[in-house]
Amino acid sequence: MSEIADKVKKIVVEHLGVDESKVTPDASFIDDLGADSLDTVELVMAFEEAFSVEIPEDAAEKITTVKDAIDYIEKQKAA
Amino acid sequence: MQSTGLTSGQRRVVVTGMGIVSPLGLGVERNWSRLLAGENGFGRISSFDASDLPAQVAGEVPAGPTESGGLTLSDWIPVKDQKKMDRFIHLGLVAATEAVEDSGWKPESEEDRCRTGVMIGAGIGGLQTIYEASVTVKEGRARRLSPFFIPSALINLVSGHVSIKYGFKGPNHSVVTACATGVHAIGDAARMIMLGDADVMVAGGAEAAVCPLGIAGFCSAKALSTHFNDTPEKASRPWDRDRDGFVMGEGAGIVVLEEYEHAKARGAKIYAEVIGYGMSGDAHHITAPAPGHEGAFRAMQNAVRSAGLTTADIQYVNAHGTSTMADDLELEAVERLFGDDARRLAMSSTKSATGHLLGAAGAVEAIYSILAIRDNVAPPTLNLDNPSRESVIDRVAHTAQERKIDTILSNSFGFGGTNASVILRGV
Repeated sequence: MSEIADKVKKIVVEHLGVDESKVTPDASFIDDLGADSLDTVELVMAFEEAFSVEIPEDAAEKITTVKDAIDYIEKQKAA
Repeated sequence: MQSTGLTSGQRRVVVTGMGIVSPLGLGVERNWSRLLAGENGFGRISSFDASDLPAQVAGEVPAGPTESGGLTLSDWIPVKDQKKMDRFIHLGLVAATEAVEDSGWKPESEEDRCRTGVMIGAGIGGLQTIYEASVTVKEGRARRLSPFFIPSALINLVSGHVSIKYGFKGPNHSVVTACATGVHAIGDAARMIMLGDADVMVAGGAEAAVCPLGIAGFCSAKALSTHFNDTPEKASRPWDRDRDGFVMGEGAGIVVLEEYEHAKARGAKIYAEVIGYGMSGDAHHITAPAPGHEGAFRAMQNAVRSAGLTTADIQYVNAHGTSTMADDLELEAVERLFGDDARRLAMSSTKSATGHLLGAAGAVEAIYSILAIRDNVAPPTLNLDNPSRESVIDRVAHTAQERKIDTILSNSFGFGGTNASVILRGV
């Protein structure tokens, strides 16, 4: 796993209080990890803070799984 | 005299569950035994650096293992949910959990859930949360504000969280009347049951204002004790000539109120009945009580009238008694109301042991008063070494007293000139 993926995973574990083993790439924040809509807003903010990136609202809405988050951040960082 | 208040209805309201978090620790029984032993919950403020403030003493809820009466939050609220709530909500939830479990009320049908409501207030609410969010905005990071900021700070969110946790779908309400909140919550919730809006109400108050804004704000209002920073245990001294302001406390007091027949039918343990409730407004000043505490007088008078009692029927008063100049005004008002009956009365201020829990005070003190009925003992007023005013009323200085107590009156008065008194009786 990349460094970004590791960090994303850590943030998800911390913010949603879930077991690390559940945070698989395909895990959906809301359907699999028990997040509600406010949790996801907070998660996106935590990603922004941790990776020093801006995630606009329309992009944030499309980040629904762990993999979505990793892909988005990796793309931003590569750009 | 015709009864005009709580006793005029067909439905009687009793207390079937109680929970306390206070500077004396977690749990009703721990609080009570420490209170009767003359212990106090004061120390120098530890949650932040108060060295640049004139008041440096407070009653903070002790951290520590649950089994020794300390607060270990993760024993009560999942870690991921803690950050969605200000501390006053944490404290309210912990006390509500004790109260609901103590009552044994677990509504299983949808109808029972819809007949169970919540009415928990606070005087100030999420002050520390608002402070931290303000700093974030001031730093130009408004976009970084937590989505949980608003629901963490809102006063009615203790009621919200309790209803979500237990599935209580009845009236979901909240009181905000400064330091009178706790009594208003109990009185208003009792009336909701009496009027048929619910059969069970979880009611009380929670507060956590031992934070820079809370202490500095009350310091500026010249309300806090400042001369006992090196002897915190002596700072709260109601009616004593050396008192110089109240000591801030934090915590929560929650009761489960229940319609009498409902409680009897399920074999619930019944602590006391809410038999009287009185309210008034001073129409005088934002922070100072009216001359002669005449608003307090009328609140007590209304409570006695609503109970259909005379003052001869009341053996114990839990005073508002904050350790400020107003203590003597309350004393005068009680003397005036009770007349000759004052000679047989015991009145104490348990704020001498807990400090002033603001919006939680009235509910915590109502619970202490219920225990006074249960055990026939009046809790003491600590530090009452030299009363600034003599009185025929026994203010239970220093040491608890065994007395026959079946009916009590508890007072709470708040900024804005709001006054509330509640009368409880053993069943």
